[in-house]
Amino acid sequence: MAQTISRRGLLHGAAAVGALAGTSVLTGCAMGGDSDKDAAKGETSAANPLGVKQDAPLEVVIFNGGLGEEYAKAHEAMYRERFPQAQIKHSATQQIAETLQPRFVAGDPPDVLNNSGGSQIDFNGLVSQGALADLGDLLAAPSLDDPKVTVKDTLRAGIIEAGSYDGKFLSLNYAYSTYGIWYSEKLFAERGWQYPKTWDEMIALCRRIKAAGISPWTYQGKHSRYMSWPILSAAAKLGGVDVLKAIDNLEPGAWRHEAVRAAVDAYYQLAVDGFLQPGAAGMDHIQSQTEWSRGKAAFISCGSWLENEQKAVTPPGFRMAVGPTPSLTRGDKLPFEAFRGAGSEPFVVPAKAGNVRGGLEYLRVMLSRKGASDFTRMTNSLTCVAGSSAGLELSPGLASVTKLIDAAGSNTFTWLFNSYYRKLERTLVDAACADLFSKRINSAQWVERCQQAADGIAKDPSIKKYKRA
Amino acid sequence: MRGKRLFIAAFLIPPLLLYGIFVVSPYAQAFQISATNWGGLSPEYEFVGLDNFRRLLGDGTFWNALRHNALLLALLPVVTILLGLFLASMISVGGRRDRVGVHGVRGAAVYRIVYFFPQVLSVAIVGVLWKEMYAPNSGLINGALRAMGLDALARPWLGDPRFAFWCLALVLLWSNVGFYVVLFSAAMQSVPRDIYEAALLDGATRASTLFRITVPLLWDTIQVAWVYLAILAIDGFAVAQIITNGGPGYSSDVVGLRLYNTAFTDSQFGYASAIGVAMFFLTLSVAAVFLRVTRRDRVEM
Repeated sequence: MAQTISRRGLLHGAAAVGALAGTSVLTGCAMGGDSDKDAAKGETSAANPLGVKQDAPLEVVIFNGGLGEEYAKAHEAMYRERFPQAQIKHSATQQIAETLQPRFVAGDPPDVLNNSGGSQIDFNGLVSQGALADLGDLLAAPSLDDPKVTVKDTLRAGIIEAGSYDGKFLSLNYAYSTYGIWYSEKLFAERGWQYPKTWDEMIALCRRIKAAGISPWTYQGKHSRYMSWPILSAAAKLGGVDVLKAIDNLEPGAWRHEAVRAAVDAYYQLAVDGFLQPGAAGMDHIQSQTEWSRGKAAFISCGSWLENEQKAVTPPGFRMAVGPTPSLTRGDKLPFEAFRGAGSEPFVVPAKAGNVRGGLEYLRVMLSRKGASDFTRMTNSLTCVAGSSAGLELSPGLASVTKLIDAAGSNTFTWLFNSYYRKLERTLVDAACADLFSKRINSAQWVERCQQAADGIAKDPSIKKYKRA
Repeated sequence: MRGKRLFIAAFLIPPLLLYGIFVVSPYAQAFQISATNWGGLSPEYEFVGLDNFRRLLGDGTFWNALRHNALLLALLPVVTILLGLFLASMISVGGRRDRVGVHGVRGAAVYRIVYFFPQVLSVAIVGVLWKEMYAPNSGLINGALRAMGLDALARPWLGDPRFAFWCLALVLLWSNVGFYVVLFSAAMQSVPRDIYEAALLDGATRASTLFRITVPLLWDTIQVAWVYLAILAIDGFAVAQIITNGGPGYSSDVVGLRLYNTAFTDSQFGYASAIGVAMFFLTLSVAAVFLRVTRRDRVEM
């Protein structure tokens, strides 16, 4: 039996419990009450397909991380142009959960929220508590640039799947990140090294790199989950995307799949053969990536935000580039060019927002050609709008990312367990990877650790389960 | 009489009111929330009775965190107090014997300031500072080890589950000992000098002066220090959150951090409140037990 607390009910309860006069007024604060705001809605028309009320104020909260907040100001300016009477309130923070959790409870959340970063609000909680508005209307609406094309048709493959929970599209992953293995083209050209296409070539190259006095690999030791990305990517390429779907669906024995075993065996060899930078186990992402930027190590696993994150310490002429994970065998189900591409920077419209329509419209503005290219220009990151980087002058890393995308065609994949069950990746797989690459456990034990972690999540009744189709 | 009462009440009511609103009522509400499955993002919840506490009993990650707090509780007060007493007595009465009588080591005033220094820094700064000190390649600790030719001892400190927790314990010790040095040396000022001089004349060593004279005379202060440090050991949240966030894995987790992550990253406020309630009783009973155990007859002077 689900109960809804009304403010009055709470006061009654609190007055009965509270022995201290005066406290009852405030006792209700933490658990909040229902908002009695009416969702602002205006007339729909061709120019205003989502029915935004002209003068309804709009509040936007941005995660102020690697991508900054400037891009949002550009989007807000575009929105203001369309709705000059609307007041726009902009704020940016890194403490998303801490600042916004009380507002969700109070029924007074912002209209648009970029729920990102280390303290993002757990999606499992947001979705299972019905705190997010369905973005289906946005998908069906005509795009800002061409009324004949719906917003849905402007998105890259996989964006809708990654933002959907039980068939409802709730989160728009606005940035598009490609994951792979990063290196400096300058370093490789100087030394005559070639990015390896197979794992055997990778090991052979690591030997040469080590002989040249450079660490072949470094990694974000305190966030070792970064190294689970090439492992799972290699496994998906070897065994097909079904390997990942089984993991996402917490199927029994999913991590024990042959392809996962082969992939983790391969990457474990980096630790066994001493190809990892000494000390990397104790570095966080900034420290290890800086070592890599300084040329102390040749390879690092990361996503395409790396270029922006390293902007301040990248030496001129470094020419950072990304390659897909090398194929493990000749019989891999996916070609070498296949890579993990996934949305990041999840934008949501809270269900209890005062201006849900305006929130949807704001996302529609973001997804326009101009909105997307502004974002790419300001952040060196691609968006989920297909082909939105065309005609822009690209930085070296971003140029390499677009090459990667073009070469792969439709051969992209990703996994979703990290957003379904945040703890599984952020804590459990992370710890298993930390132990693996410090050689405290071997690859077979890693598989068992991850399997047990997944089984633990599957058994936990307090965590809502999602199914990936 | 009535006027006097009114006068007293006028002073008492505002603080009591503030205390009630900002201390008592959140505590009371935590008890209420701990009996629900509230997720913290909507006003909806169900009462689940004692389910959260039952779950707590079987939750390995909670017990792991509690074990770390228990270790801190067993070691941090003892080590901090011993070190604090040692440093304070060196500063106050540890100097060489000469005609001036009993006094501290040379440069005692400087040491007093140096030891107190960590106390001036906010815990956030302490955390960030030590995070860099422990950094494997650029950090001061490995750098110092390497400079002394002890390369084999250099470790990826915070990246190794065997050391991460002890690294945190060391930071807690470092950041707290200074305060107790100052506290104890202030208390030592009130001990009559002639007692020390008499001990010196009788040929007492520094160690026996410390344990036979200083400790008994400072017992009240030590007792208070003990309770404070015990409460600190049960907490440990800020340092753990900033330096390791409990990692790698759960190897440096503490109960406070478990509570915080359960609430803010797993979004299970009901269960997190149950952890909080458990912690409340734990802290309360530890303080009570410590006060009982350390009770002793006061030495009259």
